[in-house]
Amino acid sequence: MSETVSRTGRWVDLANPTKFLNFAGAVLPWLGVVTVLVLLAGLWMTVQAPDDYQQGSTVKIMFIHVPFAWLSMMCYTIMSLSALGTLVWRHPLADVSAKAAAPIGAAFTALALITGSLWGRPMWGTWWVWDARLTSVFVLFLMYLGIIALTRAMDDPAKSARATAILTLVGFINIPIIKFSVDWWNTLHQPASVFRMGGPTIDPSLLWPLLIMAVGFTLLFFTLHMMAMRNEIWRRRVVAMRRIAARSAERRGTR
Amino acid sequence: MRLVAESLAGARGGEVLFSGLSFAVASGEALVITGPNGSGKSTLLRIIAGLLEKADGGIKLENSASGFDSLTSACHYLGHLNGMKPVLSVEENLRFWQSFNGPGDYSLVEALERVQLGDIGHLPFGYLSTGQKRRASIARLLVSERPVWLLDEPTAGLDKASEEQFAELMREHLAKDGIVIAATHLPLGLDGAQELVMGGE
Amino acid sequence: MLALFLRDIRLGLRAGGGVLVGILFFLAVIAVVPFGVGPDLKLLARIGAAMLWIGALLATLLGLDRLFQADRDDGSLDILIMASERHMLAVTVLIKCLAHWTTSVLPLVIASPLLGLFMNMEPAAIGATTLTLLVGTPAITLIGAVGAAVAVALPRGGLLVSVIILPLTIPVLIFGVSAAYGAVEDPAPFIAPFLILTAITLFFAVIGPFAAAAALKSSAD
Repeated sequence: MSETVSRTGRWVDLANPTKFLNFAGAVLPWLGVVTVLVLLAGLWMTVQAPDDYQQGSTVKIMFIHVPFAWLSMMCYTIMSLSALGTLVWRHPLADVSAKAAAPIGAAFTALALITGSLWGRPMWGTWWVWDARLTSVFVLFLMYLGIIALTRAMDDPAKSARATAILTLVGFINIPIIKFSVDWWNTLHQPASVFRMGGPTIDPSLLWPLLIMAVGFTLLFFTLHMMAMRNEIWRRRVVAMRRIAARSAERRGTR
Repeated sequence: MRLVAESLAGARGGEVLFSGLSFAVASGEALVITGPNGSGKSTLLRIIAGLLEKADGGIKLENSASGFDSLTSACHYLGHLNGMKPVLSVEENLRFWQSFNGPGDYSLVEALERVQLGDIGHLPFGYLSTGQKRRASIARLLVSERPVWLLDEPTAGLDKASEEQFAELMREHLAKDGIVIAATHLPLGLDGAQELVMGGE
Repeated sequence: MLALFLRDIRLGLRAGGGVLVGILFFLAVIAVVPFGVGPDLKLLARIGAAMLWIGALLATLLGLDRLFQADRDDGSLDILIMASERHMLAVTVLIKCLAHWTTSVLPLVIASPLLGLFMNMEPAAIGATTLTLLVGTPAITLIGAVGAAVAVALPRGGLLVSVIILPLTIPVLIFGVSAAYGAVEDPAPFIAPFLILTAITLFFAVIGPFAAAAALKSSAD
């Protein structure tokens, strides 16, 4: 009982931006090292993995394409949770988290689209098709950019936070559409082979490197996200201090 | 150098605001234009600045200093708006106007010192308070040289101390054979200025 | 003059992600096309150049109304007009147009090859379309400057500017698209429409700033 209380106490402490900065400063180096190690291990396993008898060595694009695609959706989910945090609990860090995640999510989505396109060229004979999966991911990319544009259009973070949160939550409809697009429509993109009912259909020799890479990129995402949040907090403090500087100069001027 | 207006008439939106207005201001003199709202003070200033067409009469600058051939090119105009971009810093704004309008007696740093903004020149203009914004745009008059200053309610938003400093700047400008023409409700602290009361009849 | 160019570039980059909105609009317009005409790759490849041109045209119109209005709202425009003896007003307008083109239209041109891939276009067609966009879009900005100057005094001139300008940009669109097609379809020529497109841009580089300067001078009140 007392342990639960103290634990919630600790999380409430983290809500304080200064506490968060200290926490991030302590955790980030370790997180960075672990990320690099896992990614290196994943890459090594990727190189060792056997070629596909049909696709040849191009199958290895999968080991980065799938983690990118998976992160593009996870990042949006995190942003939606942050949006809930902004609207429901008015958590001071939720808005920072959402704003920091958007460019990272956009980058991962762009990478998923690009690697998919590079993979599609030898497999399907075209860089791009307008099938349900590709289109819905492209729409996700557009939504990321829209959210970034909205956060940057307003000066006042307090005002932009709620507007962005509402937009993010409305856009969340797209996430299940992306996930199930390969099942609902008959698409060129292959159906899910890892996270599906009845277990993965993928061979273990390919599954393990893929999972390690997914973990590595997820860690990379959290590292980048935490760094971006720290930057955003610092940026807001700089803005606040500049406003204070303008006001205090005024007081000195009159005296 | 003399700024001479002869039977000048000004109109706005088809309605004649004033007519038959004549005055002459010589180097080192100031003209303070007073009068109720809507009497055409701002219109007169914008006509002198060349931003509005005059309805009738004539206005010219006689024996103008070299480099300022026409009346418009000899004028600094400080209107209700400050002419500064909120996202750029105060220094960036002033540096732009200095290189666009040509150099003046004051360097950028000196001009900022003169309006008591020396230590916040690096801040974005948008962060400043109303009075600070006004002072920053007064610094614009200092960084480029123009013999004629046209000022429309120049002290709006300034506090008492800043008003006094601004009066000092205007006196300095007059001592350098400049001309100041100001439309205002408030006394500007200029001794011996001519006064033009508009819309009195 | 360089100072004005640099100031406007800085403003374009700093003020609230306006560049991003333009590209986003372009992306969205192109993304909507396959939903409208169906995802037939052959059809998309055939209409790709035209769609890129229409998308770029609409995205270029976006934000043009602020070209002079932003300066008018903060009083800068008065000072720019008053300096017309040191810097001819038409040149000032031209510089502002160039800065606007560099910050909000050039990114569209750079993004267009990528969108060409989405439209399943051939490399030659993509190259030709990008080249025609690079040469043709300045004309749209320069024509737009006239519309922006005419409507500068209107409080909500945004839509009006687009409506005024669109008919005038039709020649640009015609020759831009026909040059882009000329590069890939055999009987159609590429050089002739491309040179006409270049001529249109140069023509409006002269006419546009003068007309806009005249409109700005008479707009002051």
